Amino acid sequence: MRPNSDPSRISRFALFLAFSRISLSSFGGAMFWARRELVERQRWLTDREFVELLSLGQLLPGPNVLNLTVMVGYRFGGWKGAAAGIAGFLGWPCLVVAGMGVLYQQYGALPEVQRALAGMSIVAAALLLTNAIKLSAALPRRWQPWLFVLLAFVFVGVLRWPLIWVVAGLSPWAVWINRKESD
Amino acid sequence: MDRRDLGALFLHMLALWFVAIGGPSTIVPGIHRYLVEVRRVMTNAEFVELYTLAQVAPGPNAMYVALLGWHLAGWAGMAATTIPILVPALTLTLLAGHLNERYPNAPIALAIRRGLAPVTIGLMFASATVLLRGVNHDWRGYLLTLLTVFLVLRKSLNPLWLLAAGALAGIAGLV
Repeated sequence: MRPNSDPSRISRFALFLAFSRISLSSFGGAMFWARRELVERQRWLTDREFVELLSLGQLLPGPNVLNLTVMVGYRFGGWKGAAAGIAGFLGWPCLVVAGMGVLYQQYGALPEVQRALAGMSIVAAALLLTNAIKLSAALPRRWQPWLFVLLAFVFVGVLRWPLIWVVAGLSPWAVWINRKESD
Repeated sequence: MDRRDLGALFLHMLALWFVAIGGPSTIVPGIHRYLVEVRRVMTNAEFVELYTLAQVAPGPNAMYVALLGWHLAGWAGMAATTIPILVPALTLTLLAGHLNERYPNAPIALAIRRGLAPVTIGLMFASATVLLRGVNHDWRGYLLTLLTVFLVLRKSLNPLWLLAAGALAGIAGLV
C-alpha cells in the first residue's frame, strides 16, 4: 500500500470523470472496467492495491465496485472525493435506466435485443475471466495464496455453494494465516 | 404505488442491501420474493425481463434495482430502490476505508488485505465460470470466449469493440 504520507491528491472532478468513464463503459459488470481505468489508464492503483481494495469491498455489503469507488474516492479526495466518485458511478446509469424503462414499457422485450444481449453476455463473461487472469499475476509466487484461489473457485464455481457461506468460511482462515505475514 | 407502499419498499430494500455481502446478485431472490410474491406489484415475467434488460445498461450490475423501481413508480420508485444501495456504502464502507487509510500498516489491516486477495481472485474465476456455462450453448460460444480472452490479453484493443462484435454475432444467430 501507498504510504499514508503520500500527498497525492486527485481533484474531485478527475475522480468524477474517471468513475463516469468506468460506469458508462461497464456492460455486463463494472469490475473489468474499473481495473482498466484505475490501474491501466490512470495508474492511481497498482494491481495489488486494486485487488486488496476490491477484496475489502467484497467483505462489505453492497456492490463491491461501488465500495471500491467509495474507498478510492476517499483515499484521494476525502469524503468529497467519495461523493464525486459515487456521482459519476451511479448518476449516469440512473439516467440510462430511466430511458430503458420508457422503452420497455413501449416495446417490451424484442427478440433482436434478447439475441444481441446473449452475444454480449458471452464477451462480458470472457472479460471477467481475463480480469481474473491479469490480477492473479500480482499474487506472490507461493503455494498458500494459490490454495485460497483454488478453494474459492471450487466451492463457488464448481460445487456452487452459496457465496456468503464460502466467504464467511474462508475469510477468517485466510486472514488468520496472514496475521504474521509481512512482505 | 402510493407513498406508504414506496416507504415500505424503501425500508425493505435498505434491509436487503445491508445483508448483500458478496454483491448485488446475492439479493435477487429476496427482491423477487418481495415484489412478485408478497406485494404482487409485478409478474414473474416482468421481473425477469427487466432484470435481463438491465444487464445491457452501462454501470454496475446493481442497476437492475433502479430499473425495477422505475417500472413500478417512475423517479420516485427508482429513488426508493436505488438510494438504499448508497446507505451501507456511505456508512460501513467509508468507515472501513477510513480505518484502512489511517492504519495501513496495522497487522490486522495487512492480514485482511493479504489474506482476502486470493479469495477474491478465486471468486472471480468462479463467477466467470458460472457465467460462461450459463451463456455458452455450444462450441461457437466458447470460440468467441477464447477469442475475447486472447484479444484482451495480447492486444490493447478496446473491449467495447468486442462487446459490439458479440452483439452482432448474437443478432446474426452465430452464438
